[in-house]
Amino acid sequence: MTTKYSAISLLREGLRGQSGWSKAWRSPKPGAAYDVVIIGAGGHGLATAYYLARNHGITNVAVIEKGWLGGGNTGRNTTVIRSNYYYPESSALYGLSVKLYEGLSKELNYNVMFSQRGMLVLAHSEPEMEMAARNVNAMQLNGADAILMDAADVRKKAPLLNYSKDARFPIHGAVWQGSAGTGRHDAVAWGYARAASALGVDIIQNCEVTEFIREAGRITGVETTLGPIRAGAVGAAVAGHSSVLARLAGFKLPITSYSLQAFVTEAMKPVIDTVAFSPAYGTYFSQSDKGGLVIGGGLDRVPSYGQKGNLPVQEAVLAGLVEMAPVLAKVKLLRHWAGIVDVTPDSSPVIGPSGIEGLYVNCGWGTGGFKAIPAGGYLFAHLLANGTHHEISRPFDIDRFVTGRLIDEGAASGIAH
Amino acid sequence: MQVLPCPFCGPRSEGEFHFAAETGKTRPDTTRDVSAEKWAAYLFDQTNEKGVTREIWIHLPCAEVFVMSRDSVTMDVLGTETLRKLPT
Repeated sequence: MTTKYSAISLLREGLRGQSGWSKAWRSPKPGAAYDVVIIGAGGHGLATAYYLARNHGITNVAVIEKGWLGGGNTGRNTTVIRSNYYYPESSALYGLSVKLYEGLSKELNYNVMFSQRGMLVLAHSEPEMEMAARNVNAMQLNGADAILMDAADVRKKAPLLNYSKDARFPIHGAVWQGSAGTGRHDAVAWGYARAASALGVDIIQNCEVTEFIREAGRITGVETTLGPIRAGAVGAAVAGHSSVLARLAGFKLPITSYSLQAFVTEAMKPVIDTVAFSPAYGTYFSQSDKGGLVIGGGLDRVPSYGQKGNLPVQEAVLAGLVEMAPVLAKVKLLRHWAGIVDVTPDSSPVIGPSGIEGLYVNCGWGTGGFKAIPAGGYLFAHLLANGTHHEISRPFDIDRFVTGRLIDEGAASGIAH
Repeated sequence: MQVLPCPFCGPRSEGEFHFAAETGKTRPDTTRDVSAEKWAAYLFDQTNEKGVTREIWIHLPCAEVFVMSRDSVTMDVLGTETLRKLPT
């Protein structure tokens, strides 16, 4: 069977009528016990399994998933990858993620199509330009790449945008991050799944956790729809459903679940080769390799598990798009959807022990989980393998809500969540 | 566009409403020492219920603050209760 993807294997399989390809990952029955059980086969869960095996030599691992692999937020985002955050803690976290993404296609032998096409965060007034300069300074001090652009520079990067002086929010300039870009979201999940499976990890789909198994106050496994599975440690990486699992385990999280909507238009000729985000309009977009515009905005401000969006937010996001680039007014939407995002009070994630022995959580990524998949997996694997934090994940422990040392990126970098 | 009920104004467009908070939290007694853990739980922890929820909402045009019972999966509204008390 052919397992490695290369020009030679493609040629060989082409000559053999594509009959020798092995499945990308195995679909075993769940075993009775594992060293680590990870709940959630999204990007974060699968990446965690992969790094447990690759970095820590722990291969007796199961990833269990109530639906199908990559069918939650990993398959529902707008594929943007970036590290243009304000605080040093965030810069270290998302910087690690971009760095891992840069080598990921080669490392996984799977093309995740990471395209570092850069990202513009537009500034629409003199005061916004001052804040943009402050953000650029902070990012440069933190070692993240960032440049302050004036309107003429922005126009060279994205001539499609609205440079009229009569615009509701005229463009004064932008924060440019050249290392930002987009990736193929499904491929990230599939690539990690394939690589983890090859290292011995069991990926078990259609297997929902119904209860935690406890012994002497410690969580020692999970009851599932496919029977009990024992575990040395359990890691939960279930995004918008983190509170549901926390309730099963008997604790609360500082998380509210909301719908976040996204849109794809019909395919068209290339019109923009970067990611453009306007905080003032509350809209951002890029163009996929297929030609469709991928559009996102702020979340619906109604707690929801419904995986559907409300109309007022759709209207606000699309009106913002038309203001940003009026030429797009007649473009038709092809698809529209929503994912359930797990938002924390400071818009930063939670990685750490849950407070109940044996259970660890990786959640709270809110609207920005996709970009963080490699770092989330890398750091969560470190935590599950050692029982202690990697220095980059330490500030994101849940204890920050008690100590008060929040990492308020919602306020600092003006994230729309 | 979803139509939500205001106990004072009746059915109105969802854009006129603001979700404020979950119900069920009690502010710690500040006449005594309150531990950091208790404050954190009060300030930040959420039940974040999947299914039937009871939440505090505000109808912005008339400033009515009320409890709305809702299903957080289907978004169906199950009922409202006013928090207003009539003058005695």
